[in-house]
Amino acid sequence: MNGIHDMGGRHGFGRIVREDDEPTFHTAWEGRVRTIASLLLVKGCFNIDSFRHAIERLEPSAYLTHGYYGRWLGGLETLVRELGEKLAVGRVAGGVQAEREASTLPRFAGGDAVRTRNLQPSGHTRLPAYARDKRGEIGHCYGAWVFPDSNAHDRGEDPQHLYSVRFEGRELWGEAAEPGTCVQLDLFESYLEPA
Amino acid sequence: MSEHAQDPDPMALRTEALEALLSEKGLVDAEAIDAVIARYEEDIGPMNGARVVARAWTDADFKRRLLEDATSAIAELDMGGAQTEHLVVLENGPRIHNVVVCTLCSCYPWAVLGLPPSWYKDPAYRSRVVREPRSVLREMGLELPADSEIRVWDSSAEVRYMVLPERPAGTEGLAENELSLIVTRDSMIGVAKAASETPKP
Repeated sequence: MNGIHDMGGRHGFGRIVREDDEPTFHTAWEGRVRTIASLLLVKGCFNIDSFRHAIERLEPSAYLTHGYYGRWLGGLETLVRELGEKLAVGRVAGGVQAEREASTLPRFAGGDAVRTRNLQPSGHTRLPAYARDKRGEIGHCYGAWVFPDSNAHDRGEDPQHLYSVRFEGRELWGEAAEPGTCVQLDLFESYLEPA
Repeated sequence: MSEHAQDPDPMALRTEALEALLSEKGLVDAEAIDAVIARYEEDIGPMNGARVVARAWTDADFKRRLLEDATSAIAELDMGGAQTEHLVVLENGPRIHNVVVCTLCSCYPWAVLGLPPSWYKDPAYRSRVVREPRSVLREMGLELPADSEIRVWDSSAEVRYMVLPERPAGTEGLAENELSLIVTRDSMIGVAKAASETPKP
């Protein structure tokens, strides 16, 4: 989805603010939220892709103002509410390890010129908006992995080949790009077509 | 004048309610949660990553294996954890500087670096480092040569990235365990060079 979470390249968020000697958790509730999420994921109550997508679906002002664990809390509440009576241990098969055996050969190889498709799904995707319809070069194939766009919506794992793809700064940001910069993204085969 | 009771934090209240609901369903229990929190606070941190870096600096064969297949290489040091991540280590050098981000959420190699700092997960870093890495690094205190190439790795899938920073000059006399004390977390994200001063406590 073209949600508030898809932040790469956005202007307006100001300076990077760092906290000296930041504690692992600022409050007790942060630690409990983190742990509850981990426990439910390990138990297979839902999968990591559904969890991420639940966070993406937060009301935008909540996403921006509730803090990192506030987002996790909102995501958990969403999933618990939506699952209702179906919330249970092991509802989801496969656990958290996402590598899978490939059933097809990779379509692309290192050095191939590719173009990301102009995908604009309303659901979960791991193709950021800043990298759609952009020309890149395949670096490396990581084998087949669970496909988040499908898995987040309980439409099955649909394993696809995953590639490290390089994009020149100018390709992404035009004349505003800093010289000598590039972005490497890990992208699924269905996001790509030959350039 | 009477003291007002502090308004309860709504996040704390919501967390309590969520935990109560899940506890009633038998999905979580308070003691298990307490134990895991203690692990996060006490056992997990960047010391594992620092050990990997120090080993790579002092053992050329290990470094080669690390750059080829980091997941297997760190297993040699008994690292990897229950949720074994597919780890890739990126070597920084005088002409090429790698830096890691997750623009879409907060993906981070926490098995070797511990939990990420807030700045890594917040909008300013996530939005800016892909678009203007040189400016972001300068703002964070790292000035790179104008002719160096900067590669920003956006962790958009389940592969996790860690930077192998350059070994600082003047550390030739240090042993591996001493070297691990000077490797900072920020240098393994790519927003700082490894420090060459006194080890951090």
